[in-house]
Amino acid sequence: MAKYVVKRICYMLLTLFTVASITFFLMRSIPGDPLASMAKTLPEQTKENFYAKYGLDQPLYKQYFKYMEGLVHLDLGESILYAGRSVTSEIARTSPVSGMVGGTALIIGTFIGVCLGMVAALKKNRWPDYVVMFIAILGATIPVFVLASLMQYVFAVQLGWLPASGWGKPVHMVLPVIVLGFGSVATYARYIKSSMLDTLGQDYVLTARAKGLSERAVILKHVLRNSLLPAVTIFSSSIVGVFTGAFVTEKMFSIPGIGLYYVSSINNNDYTMVMGTTVFYAALFIIMQLVVDFVYMILDPRIRIASDR
Amino acid sequence: MNNQLIEVKDLCKYFPAGKGNTLKAVDHVNLTINRGETLGLVGESGCGKTTCGRTILKLYQPTAGQVIFDGKDISGLKGKELLKFKKRAQIIFQDPYSSLDPRMTIGEIIAEGMDVHCNYNKKERDAKVAELLNSVGMKEDYANRFAHELSGGQRQRVGIARALAVDPDFIVCDEPISALDVSIQAQVVNLLIKLQRERGLTYLFISHDLSMVRHISDRVGVMYLGSLVEMTGSGEIFAHPLHPYTKVLMSAIPVADPEANGSEEELEIKGEVPSPVHAPSGCKFRTRCSYATDICAQEVPELREVTEGHFVACHHCGESGEQQKNA
Repeated sequence: MAKYVVKRICYMLLTLFTVASITFFLMRSIPGDPLASMAKTLPEQTKENFYAKYGLDQPLYKQYFKYMEGLVHLDLGESILYAGRSVTSEIARTSPVSGMVGGTALIIGTFIGVCLGMVAALKKNRWPDYVVMFIAILGATIPVFVLASLMQYVFAVQLGWLPASGWGKPVHMVLPVIVLGFGSVATYARYIKSSMLDTLGQDYVLTARAKGLSERAVILKHVLRNSLLPAVTIFSSSIVGVFTGAFVTEKMFSIPGIGLYYVSSINNNDYTMVMGTTVFYAALFIIMQLVVDFVYMILDPRIRIASDR
Repeated sequence: MNNQLIEVKDLCKYFPAGKGNTLKAVDHVNLTINRGETLGLVGESGCGKTTCGRTILKLYQPTAGQVIFDGKDISGLKGKELLKFKKRAQIIFQDPYSSLDPRMTIGEIIAEGMDVHCNYNKKERDAKVAELLNSVGMKEDYANRFAHELSGGQRQRVGIARALAVDPDFIVCDEPISALDVSIQAQVVNLLIKLQRERGLTYLFISHDLSMVRHISDRVGVMYLGSLVEMTGSGEIFAHPLHPYTKVLMSAIPVADPEANGSEEELEIKGEVPSPVHAPSGCKFRTRCSYATDICAQEVPELREVTEGHFVACHHCGESGEQQKNA
């Protein structure tokens, strides 16, 4: 077991290193630099001072080693666009906002999605199934920006019940949560439906019925437990999505989350900010995968045993 | 006390087969099972043996007909009464790999039925699980293992222990050995026989393995396309099969020394089994039967008692079963 964990962590570090390196060189190969937008108006001397400050006058490989050295010490550098703010503090400031909106959306969306999926599986080929599948297809096909504008138009402009955008009060979260959660509802409804239909066909469900268990107990104890397992896999990437924020949604509702900053830093060639956020995303993703694998082991005895050997 | 534990009357189970068709998996089956005996049910794959067994246990809701268990019609039972019946009638499934919940330990699987039907405290419960495991020839420490850690034979023993957990009177053994390795089959069958003697169990033993059915059964029923075509004592059916289909089945049993048995020719059967969705009119076997005449297409043959305790559903097996031989 310990050997397995160490092995996994080594792989994790290797992946992170690769991601950081590739991002570094990709970023630098984009034409332009942080000063590109105002370069024409700035005096030559100011530019040179600027480059020198961020080490951009150095050869690329030196910059690379310097960056990597910082990374080892968990120092992601200073934002170029917002002088004086470190990338780490920016991430620490913006990611909880994304986490709050996305987390709420994920929890509510997953719960509703699982319930709808169950209903669809249990009422297969009857009207509840068709309704759920219709919702699921809508959720999977309607682009977020369409749904977001629709919500803003209906609930903010026409009905005036909710603010169209902004941040600060709980009421600001309602629309973004609906927009973000809708995707989860669609994904989980479809996933749970097919997974439950599969489980319902298993003999051990019949065994449970033969034991005399009530239908409720059969569904909750045997069918649902076994059907949720595959959903754990997609849940991991969903969790990452929560922290990385939804770029479009955050932009449309003016939510000061990490997604909003990520987009603006890419637009402004804020090298350190882009690098930092990307590494943060990658680390989060890899850690989540590790967590999911462990959760899987707890949930599924078959995997637990296999990895022991 | 009535000697019959189970009486099945005109039991039907139809499934919708799409496009307005129905699949008649079990079609007017009549049979009785006496206390303490084993009734073997044989037939080809897809002939409705399993559906028949499951419908008798009310795992499937019958389309029509009655199942009388210990003098009581169980078709309409609900709630507590149904629960009582489920305690007394259990099933052992064919596939020991998929019939055990992969997320539960063996102990939990065995004890789950007891939790529903019996009020044991934790100590009694654990003791009972250990006793059941022992009685199927396994050590009690298997209770903490998971199904995937066991071999097929061990799993099937767990399946048996699970069925026994609620002290049933009647067990449907639904092809309990067909998924097992040949070397394990005999062990499991002998275990079933031993448990029957010890606990006075009544079995409905569903199988397509004729030799095994002969070994374990007191009486044997033969099914073809959802209907029972012949039913009689186990010795009788192997020695004097009357229905043309049964004859073909029996001639297909491999014998240890074919040379010594030279007189017995192997009968051939023509064609394929028709689809149960479009079963032939009248006698379902007529399309493949060499004795078929007009009446076979028009009338469904009733299951008649031809000699004592020997029931056949065939228009041409009149009072004397020898008739065909001369024909």
